[in-house]
Amino acid sequence: MSGAEAPVARAVESPAKRVFADFVANPTAVFGLALLALIVLLAVLAPLVSPQNPYDLAQLDVMDARLPPGSATADGGTFWLGTDDQGRDMLSAIFYGLRISLMVGATSTAFALVIGLTMGLCAAYFGGRVETLIMRVVDIQLSFPAILIALILIAVLGQGTGKVIAALVTIQWAYYARTVRGAALVEKRKEYVEAARCLALPPVRIVFRHLLPNCLPPLIVVATVQVAAAIALEATLSFLGLGLPITEPSLGLLIANGYQYLLSGKYWISFFPGLALLATIVSINLCADQLRDVLNPRLQR
Amino acid sequence: MSVYVVRRTLQALLVLFVMSVLVFAGVYAVGNPVDILINPMADQIEREQAIAALGLDKPLWEQYTTFIEGAVTGDLGRSFVHAAPALGLILERMPATLELASAAMLIAVLLGIPLGLWAGLKPHSFAGRSIMAGSILGFSLPTFWVGLMLIMVFSVMLGWLPSNGRGPTVELLGVPVSFLSLEGWRHLAMPATNLALFKLALLIRLTRAGTREALLQDYVKFARAKGLSNARVILVHVLRNILIPIVTVIGLEFGSVIAFAIVTESVFAWPGMGKLLIDSINLLDRPVIVAYLMVIVTIFIVINLLVDLLYSVLDPRVRLAEAKG
Repeated sequence: MSGAEAPVARAVESPAKRVFADFVANPTAVFGLALLALIVLLAVLAPLVSPQNPYDLAQLDVMDARLPPGSATADGGTFWLGTDDQGRDMLSAIFYGLRISLMVGATSTAFALVIGLTMGLCAAYFGGRVETLIMRVVDIQLSFPAILIALILIAVLGQGTGKVIAALVTIQWAYYARTVRGAALVEKRKEYVEAARCLALPPVRIVFRHLLPNCLPPLIVVATVQVAAAIALEATLSFLGLGLPITEPSLGLLIANGYQYLLSGKYWISFFPGLALLATIVSINLCADQLRDVLNPRLQR
Repeated sequence: MSVYVVRRTLQALLVLFVMSVLVFAGVYAVGNPVDILINPMADQIEREQAIAALGLDKPLWEQYTTFIEGAVTGDLGRSFVHAAPALGLILERMPATLELASAAMLIAVLLGIPLGLWAGLKPHSFAGRSIMAGSILGFSLPTFWVGLMLIMVFSVMLGWLPSNGRGPTVELLGVPVSFLSLEGWRHLAMPATNLALFKLALLIRLTRAGTREALLQDYVKFARAKGLSNARVILVHVLRNILIPIVTVIGLEFGSVIAFAIVTESVFAWPGMGKLLIDSINLLDRPVIVAYLMVIVTIFIVINLLVDLLYSVLDPRVRLAEAKG
């Protein structure tokens, strides 16, 4: 904590700036962030950077099927990562697959965050029966592994992109609710909340303007980890044939498609999408590890 | 103590009841079972006969009562696909899953605790850092993809290990098992390693954190001050104290290993109950889905109950807190 002699410049420094400065102090974390930025950029710009549109059937040629990496295309280009069983360029398929995987991961995290945040804040602020009910549901849900809950929900709801997202949201909200409640219970006892209450501010305003911002640091860490977990879980479900439809091939589905060709030595159809998935998850986890240290008040100077 | 046991057991039964309602309502009430259970080519009269035979014309609560009555007596319906009792199908495949899960847990414990201990004792050494980097990788690697890569390297490229199935089994007390023959071990090695990776990473981190904390405690300083050998301080004083949370986690994680076996079994075509579940979901074989979910939920609730009770035996503070509350 800065003492009374702290310079003015230090006092007006925004928390975001401080976090950023601490974050970039660790080279491993910077590597993770750069890798993640590159992956997101490639996913967003997929239509521009891909050598072909992997879902435009007019651009596919069955004669190109299952070519190894580095094979020449008909018009003088190169299939850098080989082709799949329909003659699709794997590099392009991976860029488009990343788009879908990241979209599902980010969407489900966003919905789960909002629901979990509201539930957790309600539990902490109102206490009593509301709290008992919400936290009991959270406890029971967290005592079962995510994959099992996902399978139950998919077995019940059926398959499809919306349903996979719904399943991921149902799994994830509990993590946020627990984290937010924990943070909010600590914050609730502090003087600024009492001061706000004395000013007779409406509860909604106290919860969202005063409690919420102070609960954000642990929540950001959990959210980062959960994006990676959601992407991995969606890939697993898609691999099992219970996730996204074939019309929207995420990385998991690409890997599943290559499964049958693996035994005949055509490794690239499964290998490269898996590598892309691994790079995505590792880069997010590296960022999360550093964020955990940077946002932890106990480790602050 | 007995009050705690009774209360905790009642709570477990309540959770089991709630889960049975959810599973039943989910699988039978969402969507129309008639469309799935009955041949679409059937005419109106056949349809009505089939609906009556399956009891689908009765109100939902009555269907649920019938389901529970059956469940209590071990009858969870008949598989549409296999034309056999659903529970029997699950139990038949359970030994394969339990064997896989136990082998995976064994690998995770036998490697994870020594590695975690090493990383905890020498956190800044090259080995310590490498172990931690490896554990981050273990958390990030998608299980199914690692399984595929194992098959690619050890089955396709090197040709050392078989890529699927359980191999020939040997009967042990009437239960077929793989681990009693060399061929069985060759089949078990890759799936068990694959399933173990995630738990291995978890155990490494847990043991490392526990070791680092324990090393700062007074009893360790005291043991060193007494002039005990380094090996004795670590193996007797440090290890024993970090084992309680580790044993708890091992117990709790065993259930999750059984659940995650679904993925590994699908990759390696291991004939366990997880693979049966995936096949049943794809074939819309509802009684088997319900039976699997009820069995695994029961396993989970029993494991959680046992761990809680064991914990209260190991740590008196838990009992006292519960007795007050």
